[in-house]
Amino acid sequence: MTANILAGITAVVTFLFVLSMLRKGALREKYAVLWLFFSFVALVFALIPDSLNWVATKVGVAYPVNLVFFVLAVLLVLVSVQLSHELSRHEARIRRLAEEVALLHEEIRELRENRDE
Amino acid sequence: MIIRGALVAIPAWNEEGSIADVIAKVREHRPDADILVVNDGSSDSTAEVARAAGATVVSLPFNVGVGGAMRTAFLHAQRGGYQAMVQVDADGQHDPADLDRVLDGLADADVVVGTRFHPDSMYFVGGPRRWAMVLLSKSLSRMNKGKISDPTSGFRSAGPKAIALFAVDYPADYLGDTVGSLAIAIRNGLVIKETPVTMYFRQAGRPSKNAIWSALYLGRATLAIVATATRSRKTPKGDAA
Repeated sequence: MTANILAGITAVVTFLFVLSMLRKGALREKYAVLWLFFSFVALVFALIPDSLNWVATKVGVAYPVNLVFFVLAVLLVLVSVQLSHELSRHEARIRRLAEEVALLHEEIRELRENRDE
Repeated sequence: MIIRGALVAIPAWNEEGSIADVIAKVREHRPDADILVVNDGSSDSTAEVARAAGATVVSLPFNVGVGGAMRTAFLHAQRGGYQAMVQVDADGQHDPADLDRVLDGLADADVVVGTRFHPDSMYFVGGPRRWAMVLLSKSLSRMNKGKISDPTSGFRSAGPKAIALFAVDYPADYLGDTVGSLAIAIRNGLVIKETPVTMYFRQAGRPSKNAIWSALYLGRATLAIVATATRSRKTPKGDAA
C-alpha cells in the first residue's frame, strides 16, 4: 500500500510541476499535454490498483508491474526520438537563419556604402 | 537577372594569417572572377583582412561548419546570377594556379572535383584513413558510373545546375560538405567529373589522426552516403542533362 501512496504522490507532484511550468510559459502545450497525460494515468493506477491489474490481465501480462515498466520504457524511447527529431529540425532552421542573416548583413553594408558615396 | 561569370568561394574560420595571400593568388590567376569569403564565425580578424584584400565578405553570426558556410556561398552565387562557383580552402592548401582547370571542366560537367590523387601528386595518405578514402571513392564512383578518386577534396567547382541544387540542399554535417554533397549531386542526375590538382600540406599543426579517429571518419562517411543514397530526389528525374 505504501508503494501506491509513493507512486500517487510522485504522480501528483509531476502533474503540478508540469502545470506550473505551463503557466509560466516555460513549456509549450504540445509537450505539456503529454506529461500531464502520463502523470494522470500514473495517478489513476496508484489510486485504483485494481485498474492496473485489470489492464495487465487484459493484455496477458502476469505481473502488472512489468507492464508498467515496459510501457514506460517504450514511451520514454519514443519521446526521446521525437525530441531528437525536433532538435535536428531546429538546428537546421537556426543554421539557415544564420546564413540568411549573414547575406543580408553584407547586402545592407553594401547598400550603405553606395548611399554614402 | 544579371548573369555573372565565376565566383570563387572561400570558407574561412580563423584564417587571418593565410586569407590575404590566398585572395591575392586567386586574383592573380583569375582576375575576372568575383571573390567571396564566407567568414564562419571567426573570432580573429579574418573578415577585416579579407575585406581589405578586396574580397566580398559574408560573416555568419556563429560557427556553422564548412557545409553551412558553403551553402551560404551557393545561396549568394544563385541570387547573384553566377554561372560557375569554385570552392577554395582559406588555409592555402589549394593552388589557385589550378583554378582554370577546375573551372574549365564545367564545360561538360555540373560538378568538377579537383583530385589530389594522380601520378604527379605529392599528396599521400596512409593507414585506416587511406582505406576509408578508397571505400568512399569506390562507392561514390559506382553511384556516379564514373570515377571519383578523391571525394573528400574541397577544391571543386559547380555549374548553374549544381549551384541551384546546392543553394537549397547542402549537407551541414561533418563530411557531408564533401562526400554527402557529391551523393546529392549524383542522386539528382548531375554530371560529375574530376581533374588533377596540386595539394600543399598545411603548415600549422593538425591533431594527429589515430585509428579510432579513422574508424569514426569511415563510419560517418558511410552514414552520409547511405543517408543521401536512399533519399528522394529534389528535382524530377527527367530534369537531368
